[in-house]
Amino acid sequence: MDSALIPKGVKRCSFPQFSIGILIVGAVLLWGVYAMLLCWFKGLNQTGMNDSYGFALWIWADLAVIALGGGAFFTGLLRYIIGKDELKNIINFAVVIGFICYSSALLILGIDVGQPIRSWFIFWHVNVHSMLAEVAFCLSIYFSVLAIEFVPLILEQKQIDEIPFFHNLAHNMHEIMAVFAATGAFLSCFHQGSLGGVAGVLFGRPFAFREHLLVWPWTFFLFTWSAAAYGPCFTILLTKIMEGITGKKLVKDNVIDLLAKISGWMIASYMVAKLVDTWYWATVTAPSKGLTFMDFYSDGSGLYTIWIIIAELFIGGIVPAIILTNKSWRANKALLLIAIILAAVGVCLNRWVMVLQVMAHPVLPFEGWFAYMPSWQEVATTILPVAYGIILASLAYRYLPVFPQERELNPVED
Amino acid sequence: MFPFSFEWVWDMGHYVFLGGMWYAIGIISLGLTYCIGKTILDMVSGKGGGHGDHH
Repeated sequence: MDSALIPKGVKRCSFPQFSIGILIVGAVLLWGVYAMLLCWFKGLNQTGMNDSYGFALWIWADLAVIALGGGAFFTGLLRYIIGKDELKNIINFAVVIGFICYSSALLILGIDVGQPIRSWFIFWHVNVHSMLAEVAFCLSIYFSVLAIEFVPLILEQKQIDEIPFFHNLAHNMHEIMAVFAATGAFLSCFHQGSLGGVAGVLFGRPFAFREHLLVWPWTFFLFTWSAAAYGPCFTILLTKIMEGITGKKLVKDNVIDLLAKISGWMIASYMVAKLVDTWYWATVTAPSKGLTFMDFYSDGSGLYTIWIIIAELFIGGIVPAIILTNKSWRANKALLLIAIILAAVGVCLNRWVMVLQVMAHPVLPFEGWFAYMPSWQEVATTILPVAYGIILASLAYRYLPVFPQERELNPVED
Repeated sequence: MFPFSFEWVWDMGHYVFLGGMWYAIGIISLGLTYCIGKTILDMVSGKGGGHGDHH
């Protein structure tokens, strides 16, 4: 039915099969949209947030997708600025993932602000001393950069590409893509950093507070670094998932190996910085506020105990770094998969503790740990971007030449 | 965001923060204008229309 729209020289599943898959995911999407409308029309009383949890599940999801979507800016930087030419075979998919992640982040913020009709206030009446204002500016402008990077891929769709104007426009956009990629990297560095800065400047919350370099707390640099390090792992992970679903090899091993190697060394260097930061915070910063390291891991419910920092730093950081920096281990498909899954979980866990453990830890001596349980509306609106992402990635894969090596790796006899 | 907004102050914070923002917006806008303008010029001069590999 839609064969005229499918890229030349590739095979796709039948339209009814594709439609059934989209309808199933679409039902989940509608559930999320219903919850979103409830939050918009009835207000934030639909959530489990309270006076202790002004930031909750949404903001964790927001920070997590932004970190995972960091693969787009970092792969773009490697491809267009540093000149790693092999990455041209995965950059399209990295851009699609980045577009999904950042549009999801903006959607989450649109629900979280409670009054989306006034969201333009953050631009018009900007508070230049706010880390979140910087996040809002850089996030929205970087999203427009991602949209610009996505446009040439759409223009390369078989039928659109037949129109000379669009074909030529796509060509001209490719010619100066390095300018957009550099602007995207500049914007990403600042919004990723400012998201970390939001936690690091909370001097009333000793779990999050960090020492500063001028106006920037260390968390500013750690968040930027971790997004650049872990983002490419998520790009590889989704490529592997896409290959598993389609039953095809979509990207050559040398491309995956290069990206995994760079990501591995980035994670390794990030872990050194993160361990130094954690050591300094545990031995100097926290004691200066009258707290010991174990005070932050004494949650009676068992959620925020010492295991969480072990899972974040060792299982989700050191282990993937060791695997990905070792050539023979990286070449092992099972170990590579384990490493990229652990890396994706590790960065999500980092964002979890920097949002939710910060809120859970008592700030006054007579207080206990604060509990929080997200409402079903929050869960549904957090799953909403996942369903949206699956649908958009599926449509992009079906109709656009996302993987340039697909034809060569999977020859089709006409 | 703009000097005519009531809370605007000509200080370092506004110079750096909004200077960076308008710098980024300026580059993106100029880049897009260049692409569209060059495409129109190419089409008018008959250079456009060839089908090559973009990657």
